[in-house]
Amino acid sequence: MIEGKNISKTFGDRKVLENVSLTLEKGITNLIIGQSGMGKTVLLKCLVGLVKADQGQVFYDNRAFSKMSFNEMKEIRQEIGMLFQGGALFDSLTVEQNVMFPLTMFTTQTPQQKLERANFCLSRVNLENVNKLFPSELSGGMKKRVAIARAISMNPRYLFCDEPNSGLDPQTAHLIDELIKEITLEYNMTTVVVTHDMNSVLEIGEKIYFLYQGKLWWEGDKHNILHTDNTELQAFVFTSELTKRLRPKKGG
Amino acid sequence: MKFLFHFGRYLSLIRQAFQQPQKQSIYVRQILVEMENLGLASVGIVAIISVFMGAVVAIQMAFNIDTPLIPSYTIGFVTRQSVILEFSPTIISLILAGKVGSRIASELGTMRVTEQIDALEIMGINPATFLVLPKIVASMLINPFLIGMSMILSVGGGWLAGIATGLFPSAEYIYGIQSFFHLYDIFYALIKTVVFAFIIASVSAYNGYYTKGGALEVGEASTNGVVYSSIAIIFMNLILTQILLA
Ligand SMILES: Nc1ncnc2c1ncn2[C@@H]1O[C@H](COP(=O)(O)OP(=O)(O)OP(=O)(O)O)[C@@H](O)[C@H]1O
Ligand SMILES: [Mg+2]
Repeated sequence: MIEGKNISKTFGDRKVLENVSLTLEKGITNLIIGQSGMGKTVLLKCLVGLVKADQGQVFYDNRAFSKMSFNEMKEIRQEIGMLFQGGALFDSLTVEQNVMFPLTMFTTQTPQQKLERANFCLSRVNLENVNKLFPSELSGGMKKRVAIARAISMNPRYLFCDEPNSGLDPQTAHLIDELIKEITLEYNMTTVVVTHDMNSVLEIGEKIYFLYQGKLWWEGDKHNILHTDNTELQAFVFTSELTKRLRPKKGG
Repeated sequence: MKFLFHFGRYLSLIRQAFQQPQKQSIYVRQILVEMENLGLASVGIVAIISVFMGAVVAIQMAFNIDTPLIPSYTIGFVTRQSVILEFSPTIISLILAGKVGSRIASELGTMRVTEQIDALEIMGINPATFLVLPKIVASMLINPFLIGMSMILSVGGGWLAGIATGLFPSAEYIYGIQSFFHLYDIFYALIKTVVFAFIIASVSAYNGYYTKGGALEVGEASTNGVVYSSIAIIFMNLILTQILLA
């Protein structure tokens, strides 16, 4: 379980986050949704300590993360898997080396074991025969999938995904959603997914936080999001032709 | 004010970099990789510049010492001295600041703006130790070899110039480069080289490491890395010369 308490962040005179408090439960997929530029990525980075919040605290299973020094954070960070919005693969390493990288740094596994683990993770994101390619030789969606494979290679206790299926075709996006949900349950992870994809919201939104203008505007789950009477959230949810059809009829 | 900010942050980066690495074996491998990237890749340019530099120094000496009062072996002696004391350690270090410094700054800058440095940090790896330290250590280990090679090639270049132009006899030149040799001069040159190597790697790493923005800023960081490490080299050169030759 991860708790964020009263997180605020300002860049210059732009308030990006204002008093955001949220509890991210173990074993379910927690979604953070919101329009582009609303501070989802910044919130995620505050949670993992890459951006220092001006105010507020973060607890990882009751461990006061935000008060720790870099060296103390290390311990928790080795339990974190993170998918960055842009992938953040290491340019100088091949696909296989990228996925094995955390294993090389933190485990005493033999090269054979590491390779097996890497291949297993790559197969879970439907990637085969790309082991020896460099990130610059991959398509955008492939990079994203390699990054997911790297994020899960250590079997993290906490998984953060910033837009895991943006740039993917609907089938692969669905596959990634399924994968995230599956491993979350399988390993009892605390999973946080940032997304603005309504398909994902309705598929894996076991807990949903909606950010609007730097504030936590609404929270709920995939069942009650369609019945919300929150105007801003309605505008976010019922935009596409498909989701408009899901809109409950007034009085019906 | 701005200088103090950067200098303070530079020192703090150095302090972060010099920490116990995560895994010794990987760290050693990183150093070897960097020695190849930063050192071996520069052998060609250092060699070419050195030969020509030595040739020019010898020819200029020959023109300037155009009097029978000074023996012509002086040309060999002076060429050797200039090369060892100043040309090889300082000029070649400046060349390396251009070549190696821009490489380091743009590599780290790109890693910063594409969040690769954040990715390391999130894994629980100290990015400064992992990325910056091997570059500094590798430069400090490999640059003395490059500079040593440069000294030999420059003196050789002077000899070739003599043969090619006929301005001074080969035997006199060879006698000259063996005369009045002090081991301390080599020591002085090596100290300078190692200090300059540290400056090149750390100053350009600093410029890359804190890049903000995108491709444009990476280019800027790379230029700044070269400019500031060159300025620092020139400045340290003055100080070290004062200290070591006083
Ligand atoms: N390092 C930074 N310096 C200054 N402003 C920043 C910085 N990072 C983010 N911002 C600002 O914070 C706001 C929120 O950015 P953020 O990246 O969190 O958006 P987002 O919700 O993730 O959007 P998207 O869905 O497009 O990824 C933006 O207005 C952005 O300009
Ligand atoms: Mg974002």
